[in-house]
Amino acid sequence: MDDTIVLRTYGLAKRYRRRWAVRNLDLNVRRGEVFGFLGPNGAGKSTTIRMLLSLIRPTEGRVELFGNPLTRRRRAGLRRIGGLVERPDFYLYLSARRNLEIIASLRGDNSASDINPVLETVGLSTRAHDKVKTYSHGMKQRLGIAQALLGSPELIILDEPTSGLDPQGIKEVRELIQRLSREGRMTIFLSSHLLSEIEQTATSMAIINQGRLVVQGRVTELLASGENIVRIETPMVDNALAVIASSGLATSAHVVGSMIECSMPRERVADMNRLLVQANIPVHALVPKRSLEEFFLSITEGASDK
Amino acid sequence: MKTILGNEILKTSFKWRSYISFLAIAAVVPLVEIALKLQGTNMERGMMRGLSQDFLLLGNIVNGYFVTQMIMNALWIHVPFLVTLGAGDQLAGEATAGTFRLLLTRPASRSRILLAKYATTLLYALALVAFMAVLTVGLGVVLFGTGDLLIFGRTFVVVAESEALWRIGVAFALATWGMWTVASLAFLFSSLVENGIGPLIGTMAVIIVFYIVSNVPADLFTAIKPYLFTSYLDLWQKMFEDPIPWNEVLHSVYILGAFSIGFYAVTWYIFLRKDILS
Repeated sequence: MDDTIVLRTYGLAKRYRRRWAVRNLDLNVRRGEVFGFLGPNGAGKSTTIRMLLSLIRPTEGRVELFGNPLTRRRRAGLRRIGGLVERPDFYLYLSARRNLEIIASLRGDNSASDINPVLETVGLSTRAHDKVKTYSHGMKQRLGIAQALLGSPELIILDEPTSGLDPQGIKEVRELIQRLSREGRMTIFLSSHLLSEIEQTATSMAIINQGRLVVQGRVTELLASGENIVRIETPMVDNALAVIASSGLATSAHVVGSMIECSMPRERVADMNRLLVQANIPVHALVPKRSLEEFFLSITEGASDK
Repeated sequence: MKTILGNEILKTSFKWRSYISFLAIAAVVPLVEIALKLQGTNMERGMMRGLSQDFLLLGNIVNGYFVTQMIMNALWIHVPFLVTLGAGDQLAGEATAGTFRLLLTRPASRSRILLAKYATTLLYALALVAFMAVLTVGLGVVLFGTGDLLIFGRTFVVVAESEALWRIGVAFALATWGMWTVASLAFLFSSLVENGIGPLIGTMAVIIVFYIVSNVPADLFTAIKPYLFTSYLDLWQKMFEDPIPWNEVLHSVYILGAFSIGFYAVTWYIFLRKDILS
């Protein structure tokens, strides 16, 4: 990974009539990253991706691809990227191969010669001549990734590439993304509404909620940052609380229902456990929750409650 | 540009929907011609009753050319519907299928894609009218033979056998020109909606309303009639007048052409700014 920025947005915003779908969004995607774009459903992820791929016009702000503004250097920018927006829709009455031929020809380079390799990559070679109409959702999703790979783009933008897939399919797509990043040295921009998804594949990420950027940075740093919340489940709540308070390991501790929640650095959790056990307090469970995950869950739940 | 156009032609020709209009014509034209053939000389006698008192009619009157001209008169209100069936789906079909997301995220300009789609629309209308022409004349000549072309319009016109075929040819070409204006309107409506039926209903609604307005002899309607494109769609009928009023034909050609360009320009303006939300 180097520090060249391949995709950048400045104050990107989109308004639909009176509702702002995206507001003041600044994203920075560096070359070679797997960039996770995380947010609950309806947070503005797809609207953002549509703006990145020139499907919709930003109300404010701008998009830069490889240092050039998308509005003025649209074709040059799009030539170097591949994308999949939302559901993988194709010309159902045409074969997968024909669909790819159409897309390859629109690129105007020699990406037609990529058709066989990309079909191979996503494991659709044997079904290439069948009409897309006969494909399962998982196969369409894979074909969607295949079309994004045509012309060996430097950056691929995938919108929820694992949505609607079974666990096996999710695993395959995840492995494919990791392989493309490692072996193809592609920069990958990936959206998802699942933290676990981003955590397992991405190197950097941004969280968006209600159209606004919440946080952006390296996944390891974001997940490690701040104190961990640790939940301790025990029948002897009062005794445990006394031990925790006298130990000085936690910065705070209080009772939540039948559990104790303390805030403490991750590396002290084991010590805490030992102290409790030595004080003859039975510990049924000791669950460290990362603050980012807690935070993300709280906004996700908040969004789905509406 | 060539490959983009090739893509569009391929997409249109692989779609089942594109053939509905051809099937309709392939069914209606032989049906009418065979019915006329079965009717035989009764029809001829019926039509000629009045005329044969004043004229001496010789030769094959109900011939292929005569039948063609009759069918053109009968169907020219219906063919716009069939043209719209294909034209209205060009843009809306991509929106319905969600394939604009494939098409417009590529390094090809929207203008070119739109132009290719428009060209495909015009080719579709041309193919449809040409198919109708070949089928009508071909089957007509096979079933009824050839002869002088008699036209019972506002005036009684006789077109010599030697002239009939090229006049019919030009009439079909002019009909195509008119259908291109209809197709352009359907194409415009197609850029506005995300379903294939909307443009069809919209275009037909406009044509029907305009026809009604054109034909009601109220002063207000007469005043606006020259500004409606539907007032010029009958330009092909002028090929069966004697002498052919070329000035009127050209006038209609210019006006229909201007409407087509206008409709395309509006479509272009809309499409280039359109947010693809499908």
